[in-house]
Amino acid sequence: MTTESWLTKFPEMERASLVAIRKGLDNAYRDFSRAWGESIEAVFDPLLMFLVWLEKLLLTSPWWLVLAAIVALVYGASRSWRLSLGVVVAFLLIGYFGMWENTMRTMSIITVCTLLSIALGVPIGIAMARSDRARSVITPILDIMQTMPAFVYLIPVVMLLGIGKVPGVIAVVIYAIPPVIRLTNLGIRLVDKEVLEAAAAYGATPWQRLAGVQLPLAMPTIMAGINQTIMMALSMVVIASMIGVKGLGQPVLKSITNQYFTMGLFNGLAIVALAITFDRVSQAYARRTQRHLKGGNDA
Amino acid sequence: MPEQSNEALIQVRGLFKVFGADPTSILPQVKDGQSKDAILAATGHTVGLNNINLDIHRGEIFVIMGLSGSGKSTLIRHFNRLIEPTDGRITVEGTDVVSLNTKELEQFRRHKMSMVFQHFGLMPHRTVIENVAYGLMVQGVDKAARTKKAREWLDAVGLAGYEEQYPSQLSGGQQQRVGLARALCTDADILLMDEAFSALDPLIRSEMQDQLIALQERLRKTIIFITHDLDEALRIGDTIAILKDGELSQVGRPVDILLHPADAYVEAFVRDVNRARVLTADVVMQPPVCRLTTENLNEALKQMRGEGKDYGYVFDGDDDYKGIITRELIEDEIDKPGINAELCELAEETPTVQPDTSLEEILPTSLEQPYPVPVVCEDGDFRGVVSRKTMVSVLAGADNGDEKSAAERP
Repeated sequence: MTTESWLTKFPEMERASLVAIRKGLDNAYRDFSRAWGESIEAVFDPLLMFLVWLEKLLLTSPWWLVLAAIVALVYGASRSWRLSLGVVVAFLLIGYFGMWENTMRTMSIITVCTLLSIALGVPIGIAMARSDRARSVITPILDIMQTMPAFVYLIPVVMLLGIGKVPGVIAVVIYAIPPVIRLTNLGIRLVDKEVLEAAAAYGATPWQRLAGVQLPLAMPTIMAGINQTIMMALSMVVIASMIGVKGLGQPVLKSITNQYFTMGLFNGLAIVALAITFDRVSQAYARRTQRHLKGGNDA
Repeated sequence: MPEQSNEALIQVRGLFKVFGADPTSILPQVKDGQSKDAILAATGHTVGLNNINLDIHRGEIFVIMGLSGSGKSTLIRHFNRLIEPTDGRITVEGTDVVSLNTKELEQFRRHKMSMVFQHFGLMPHRTVIENVAYGLMVQGVDKAARTKKAREWLDAVGLAGYEEQYPSQLSGGQQQRVGLARALCTDADILLMDEAFSALDPLIRSEMQDQLIALQERLRKTIIFITHDLDEALRIGDTIAILKDGELSQVGRPVDILLHPADAYVEAFVRDVNRARVLTADVVMQPPVCRLTTENLNEALKQMRGEGKDYGYVFDGDDDYKGIITRELIEDEIDKPGINAELCELAEETPTVQPDTSLEEILPTSLEQPYPVPVVCEDGDFRGVVSRKTMVSVLAGADNGDEKSAAERP
């Protein structure tokens, strides 16, 4: 008879105490969500209202008006007729294959998530660039946000806020915000030290240095971050549909469970079309502003 | 170092800069005179500047020279506190720069000092005119006024017509002109130039040096100029400070540095300098040996014999220089029958040079002349003579007594 020793078997914690820890944490969180859930939900009410308003706007307006608005935005940002034409064709196909409404829903949530990510991510990135301490605190958090499986943080979010649009937005933002934070930080840190010194030497205040030198010079990098954020938000659409976010993700989810290959493919392609549209437009916009800023040799 | 603290515009006293985790704790060791290497090995701290004392006077071009790593860029950034000193005092027009708070420092930087950078430090996203006007924009001057002024300065550096270009569209030399115009546009009295011309190719560099000298004639700013190039330092500097490993090796006029290097380090620097181009007549000239002020030929002859020379420099009654005369010529005149001519009439007019003529230019004249070349100011004032012998000894670098006495004359 062999005696169990720490040499042959990993010295595990007692099963009973492990269960106690789980129960303790679960109960504590459940109590917390019961006590605070409603007030926290109230905080997100304005976000929900905006989300609902945007979705309604896109769904109730006539399709040709929405399409015209989209094309106007695309052309305004990219100044490219080819790209605008491509977008028209893609959206007409989407509508023809019966995915117009879901596409509008997805577009509205992606727009909100992107705006929220920029509004939160750029200031966080600035804070990170300004202080090494902030960077050393935020970097591991970003690592967790990017590697932790989305399902894991869906659980507490759903426990706290239930299923619906707002938890979906939160989940998408958690997943999609790291690139814009990281690249804002990087862009600001990469700004030519001498240019920044020049601003300081002429007596610029910290705000004048940030708004007049650092942000404009970091803009190409920040735009790359925003582009990445949009792409990641779109890739979260299917997972978000698991917690009740309506849009292109739900049919995809349905086709996985029921093995509807064609339905999954069509909706997947619609997501791809949206992604390419967002990507090309934001990149064309970034390039255009960059060329204008840098002067370029062709000017 | 000369003690002129009463009139100096900028005074630096006991300036120390230590880089590292806890600079103040290292300071006593630095002040004890421990070497830079020993401190780095023992504590991991780098001594950037070690007990710097400087007096910079209004209207001069003060050059700080040193090789890379000597601390010169660190030093210049202390004047406007882009780098904070570890210890010491910097006074500008009586204001203690080190004690200014953030707001006061901003005001100080806006109005007292401006800066030109090695790699220009222009803002790539602003047009040339916006770059030049940057200092005024920071000050809150309204757009019309600042653009008008920026246009004037752009014109002054010869870049009119480039207003709407972006810096990336200009050549290096043009970009640095923009940098210079930006610095001048704020009307600051003090100009900090951090290796301003080092990134330019030699031809453009000397062009920019000429332009700076020309602008300085007109503007009379106080310029602190950093360089690693001794030729540049000698060319534009009124005073040169040589920095080595964060310590001052020597501070002095270009001539002093050239002719009397304080230590082996400076000497090694000076060795390769083309002295003929840098040294001027007034530095090496000596008082004339035989100065003839008499009208009387016999008296002149007597004086020449007394001094053992067979030539002399003739002056008229008003002490104006007339020319050179030889003993032979006087003797011939005396031997002639009838009334002798006056000494002034006999004197031969020979080529003269001005005090600021470089030895390089004097050399041909001196070789053609059998006698030392007279140095005469534009207004006719006789200053001294340059002999071939002096020139040879100065150019050869022989540190003999003659040369010393020549160089030390005011």
